[in-house]
Amino acid sequence: MTDKALEIQDVSKDRGKTRVLNQINLTVSPGERVALLGHNGAGKSTLIKSILGLTPIQGGQISVGGAAPGTQRARTATAYLPEAVSFHPALTGREQLALFARLSGTKADLSALLERVGLSEAMDRRIGTYSKGMRQRLGLAQVLLGKPSVALLDEPTSGLDPISRQDLYAIIDELAGQGTAVLIASHALTEVEARTDRIAIMRKGVKVADDTLAKLGASAGLPIKLRIRAAQNADAIAQRIGGQRVNGASVEILCDPSEKMEQLRRIAALGDAVADLEMTPPRLEDLYRHYAKEDLQ
Amino acid sequence: MTRFLAVTRAELAILKRNRWLFMATLIMVLFALALTFAGSAPTGTLGVDMLTVSVASMTTLSVYLAPLLALMISFDAVAGDMDRGSLALLLSYPAGRGEILLGKFTAHLAALGFAMVIGFGTAGAVAAWFGGAGADSLLALLRLILTSILLGAVFLALGYFLSSLASGATAAAGMSAGLWLVFVVLYDLGLLGAVVMDQGGYFTKTIFPWAMVANPADAFRVWNIAATEGVAMASGMTGAAQALPSWAAPASLLLWPVLAFAFARLAFRRVEP
Repeated sequence: MTDKALEIQDVSKDRGKTRVLNQINLTVSPGERVALLGHNGAGKSTLIKSILGLTPIQGGQISVGGAAPGTQRARTATAYLPEAVSFHPALTGREQLALFARLSGTKADLSALLERVGLSEAMDRRIGTYSKGMRQRLGLAQVLLGKPSVALLDEPTSGLDPISRQDLYAIIDELAGQGTAVLIASHALTEVEARTDRIAIMRKGVKVADDTLAKLGASAGLPIKLRIRAAQNADAIAQRIGGQRVNGASVEILCDPSEKMEQLRRIAALGDAVADLEMTPPRLEDLYRHYAKEDLQ
Repeated sequence: MTRFLAVTRAELAILKRNRWLFMATLIMVLFALALTFAGSAPTGTLGVDMLTVSVASMTTLSVYLAPLLALMISFDAVAGDMDRGSLALLLSYPAGRGEILLGKFTAHLAALGFAMVIGFGTAGAVAAWFGGAGADSLLALLRLILTSILLGAVFLALGYFLSSLASGATAAAGMSAGLWLVFVVLYDLGLLGAVVMDQGGYFTKTIFPWAMVANPADAFRVWNIAATEGVAMASGMTGAAQALPSWAAPASLLLWPVLAFAFARLAFRRVEP
């Protein structure tokens, strides 16, 4: 019926008098990794809970692999990692994972899974002794149970150290590689930047952007930063091509993406006066700021 | 169809690991033994064996202890998972909410049953050993154990009900304490006050016995006392129980767990993690 693993159409949700989700449209294809960005309270977690069928929506439609949210079929197809998840402290990691495996009806090699997320030493210890990062890893292990067609990860890197974050994204790539549609709600912009195929930005319950990073950058029209290090006289360079002196030896120019090549040619024409050139395209952080703060029409 | 057993298994592991099972059993054994020995004095005067007296004392104990122990496990069942943030995850799995609740209930009831059997069983065995036991008193002991488990089941389910309504585990604990006080202490005091005011009128003769068995804790007491003559004599509570048909107390105690579980299920359905 549909080639989208996850399809969200015109979804709205009210909480009291506040509209927390407003006409959200979002699709994720099998094997695609989509980042869902937004401030706290932008509606990311609410959207995820709507997809899980844990909270009712007032308008629109959600389809998880062709099934309605909350149905047996949808729940079987979905894996979920809640934000800052915790488990009963008296159970061991292996027991907790065994519970989830039995609930989902999958027969998985639990030890191998726990080893995969780096809990091989701790799997038979009580969860009460785990650090926050270890609990997050255990949460990730249950995402890998079975072969979910949709994975919803709410702030998956919160509480993880840099190495663990890299491991996490390696696991996310693996999931996508086996055909899982992955939706990652996150604040961690720099990580998401490199590790996702598409980026959706939410602001106060409204989706304000949804595209690849490159296209978002182009349509936002944010300038590219060129930093020129002068061989001798930075003032002279600043006079000849414009731009601003940033320290004793460098000049910085902000230019539109369409003027980039022309600027480069002008700089090249300066010859030996230029010792070095650095070019910085707009980062996701700049884009995020642009889209999340932009006034809505 | 056996998914609820996965929850049962995990819950049992928790009860064993956090020493709840051990503590509950220990409490039951100690109280039951203490009552058996302390209450053995009237044996001779009443002409009943020691086990009968022991069962009468333990009936009074169980009215307080069974609801208390049950609420102590169940208040956390929904609110605790909610506090930890694991409820949303649990509910994202294919198991239905009814299955999750049933799984917890099965585990908690099994643990409660274990504590009752060991506690009352030990005291019963000691009483029988020292003071003798007849077929009647053994039957009374068996009835005590089974009805205590039923009474526990009522309060387990009521605990889930409160746990689903509460905003957090702490609130659920407070509400459970209040519930215990109302059902086990205040309800009886209220009825007692009404009887005193009524001075043997219509209320006392007609409404009072039914109002009494409507409370599961009192139904438990009435069932145990009315069923055995010796127990009734030893506890000095014969009047009220005889004003009712014999099915009234058992019906109440059997109906309550079903009703309470249905309430809990309805409340749990409305929980939005």
